[in-house]
Amino acid sequence: MPVMNLLQAVNDALRTEMRRDPRVVVLGEDVGKFGGVFRATQGLQSEFGADRVMDTPLSESGVVGAAIGMALYGLRPVAEVQFADFIYPAFDEIVNELAKYRYRSGAQYPAPVVVRTPCGGGIRGGHYHSQSPEALFIHVPGLVVACPSNPADAKGMLASALRGEDPVLFFEPKRIYRAARGDVPAGEHVVPLGSANVARAGSAVTLVAWGAMFHEAREAADQAVQEGIDVELIDLRTLWPADVRTLEESVRKTGRLVVVHEAPRTCGFGAEIVSLATERCFTRLEAPPVRVTGYDTPFPYTLENEYLPRAPRILKALRETMRYET
Amino acid sequence: MSTGSPAPHPGRNGVPPLIPGERSESRDTVPPPLPAAVLPPPSRPAEEPGPVQILLPDGTLAPGRTPPLDDARTVELYRAMVRIRLVDERMTTLQRQGRIGFYIGGTGEEAAILPPVAALRPDDWLFPCYREGGAYLLRGLPLQRFVDNLFGNARDPAKGRQMPNHIAWRERNIVSVSSPIGTQVVQAAGAARAAQILGRPDVMMTFFGEGATSSNDFHAGMTFAGVWKAPVVFVCRNNGWAISVPRDKQCAAAHIADKAAGYGMPGVRVDGNDPFAAFAASRDAVDRARRGEGPTLLEMETYRIAGHSTSDDPRAYRDEAEVELWRTRDPLSRTRRYLESRGAWSEAQEDALRKSVDEELRAATAAAETAPAPDPDSLFEDVYSRLPWHLAEQLEDARANRSDGAARCP
Repeated sequence: MPVMNLLQAVNDALRTEMRRDPRVVVLGEDVGKFGGVFRATQGLQSEFGADRVMDTPLSESGVVGAAIGMALYGLRPVAEVQFADFIYPAFDEIVNELAKYRYRSGAQYPAPVVVRTPCGGGIRGGHYHSQSPEALFIHVPGLVVACPSNPADAKGMLASALRGEDPVLFFEPKRIYRAARGDVPAGEHVVPLGSANVARAGSAVTLVAWGAMFHEAREAADQAVQEGIDVELIDLRTLWPADVRTLEESVRKTGRLVVVHEAPRTCGFGAEIVSLATERCFTRLEAPPVRVTGYDTPFPYTLENEYLPRAPRILKALRETMRYET
Repeated sequence: MSTGSPAPHPGRNGVPPLIPGERSESRDTVPPPLPAAVLPPPSRPAEEPGPVQILLPDGTLAPGRTPPLDDARTVELYRAMVRIRLVDERMTTLQRQGRIGFYIGGTGEEAAILPPVAALRPDDWLFPCYREGGAYLLRGLPLQRFVDNLFGNARDPAKGRQMPNHIAWRERNIVSVSSPIGTQVVQAAGAARAAQILGRPDVMMTFFGEGATSSNDFHAGMTFAGVWKAPVVFVCRNNGWAISVPRDKQCAAAHIADKAAGYGMPGVRVDGNDPFAAFAASRDAVDRARRGEGPTLLEMETYRIAGHSTSDDPRAYRDEAEVELWRTRDPLSRTRRYLESRGAWSEAQEDALRKSVDEELRAATAAAETAPAPDPDSLFEDVYSRLPWHLAEQLEDARANRSDGAARCP
């Protein structure tokens, strides 16, 4: 099995699916000749031509709006928004148009667009190259929201997104684009959306994370296990609709929950996960569920490691959760 | 909150000197001559051509112009324009009577809407705004379905999920309408690019008002279509008003059509109350698009005779005299005069047409009004392609709320 980093896996998924399905096209800023500022689409234009891998003018609402039109007409467009921080000009096209098209047309016009966008901090990108706006889109009926943490999942989940009938926001954790390496199945590879991955089974506390923060969570879990805390580590993978069964089964078993994300805390997706767990497992809880998240500040430049919920903060939360007594 | 008069300044005209202690009057050097201005004064050609015009308001042809449609097709178009005018009138009345919640019509703008659609092939795609009801009917949407939409009943093509006039009709390639302004413009550009990629001959036509030309997605759509030379025709109904904001407060360009130059495509002013001009200009733009020569912006100069919608009262912001002036340019009366002068239309035919539309409206309204509302469970359908777990749970909640009476409003 070839070893790839996450970026190469995204590229491999696009290439494999474009070979498989002539309706798949890629559009966005710098994605064509240059292959994308992160090189996720490198080599695609030379293989598939400028009609299927399109450099667009610099307008995110244009990229997403045009992708919607392409999907209505029968293509399977992959729209790249260069950084998730730049997605807001396309917010209306995503929220009011893409997410609603199937519903508001009485199911006459599905709009299966995949919006790929690099998210997250830790690359010294400051406020405009570091954000994690997943919660804004999870709140919107009609969207599927996904965020892989490793190359094999990135390939398989992107393939699923391209084969599905629903619009998908595919957040790619840019900090681990090159750092996350692993075996990736060659050729067609599909990981179904909507299923979480229990990365480590445990009985004492459930630790939920995704994307780049999954790796921080794993580091914290490894240390906690050495200290005798039997952590169950869940990589959520598809954020919405989330794999609530896996979450519920885990929290029923452990009675304790720590959720990690790098987006700001208030109304972050962690709040929803805590609510779901509380509603479903209330009588089994042995401690209040805990969120370890970015602070409710703009994403900082110099102080980004102060802001990010890195492994030591997660470990601290695990220890405190275990010490909690009613 | 005032703290009293400002303290007096020591300098000239109450302005403190830039450098304390230095009096600028003491400098008696001659300032260097300013360089000659490099920007030419803004100007437009003195003899600017007017909009494309073929059929004049009095029903005669403009000098040297020939009609682009024969009498039979003109009659067909006239019938369709009268029909939607009568639909607009009846539905406005129904809204006033509280029988439908809302209506948004195209009274006075029929020639800017129906003739462009008549210039398309049946397989070409429409990306409408919300004022193009006449386009759906011209393409063959049964009036019953149109009225079903206004009542939001179970037979509404949009399944009662949107306000009136926001219809999608896939059978004839009319996409779904939304209320935010201009969003369909860039979608039309994308669909046109898709047709280009797939090598299909289809042309996209999108409608919007002049207010939409201020929106982000107009700019994006024009930009993308221009760069792609995409087969799309942008039809701007410049009806003078974006709710209460007049055309001259919307944009400082002399004409909306002028905007096309910035996107590298032709922009054409058209008398939007002249069905022949609207048809001929649209036909040319559609042909151009189909030949692979790229997009065109058509500015249909027309007028919104009614309010923005039934929720609006234009007497609060505009002069009735302006409305009266535009009534004299009515697209329907000029077409009728033209056809009558050619012996292709008569008083008796007019009466028969109005009577038959009245009858079909009565029947459609009665049927729509008594049709069942959409199944309550359908609230949860089509959000996704399949019902996900959280909506399945909420569907059960909704059913429980219905069965124990908690879903009913007092």
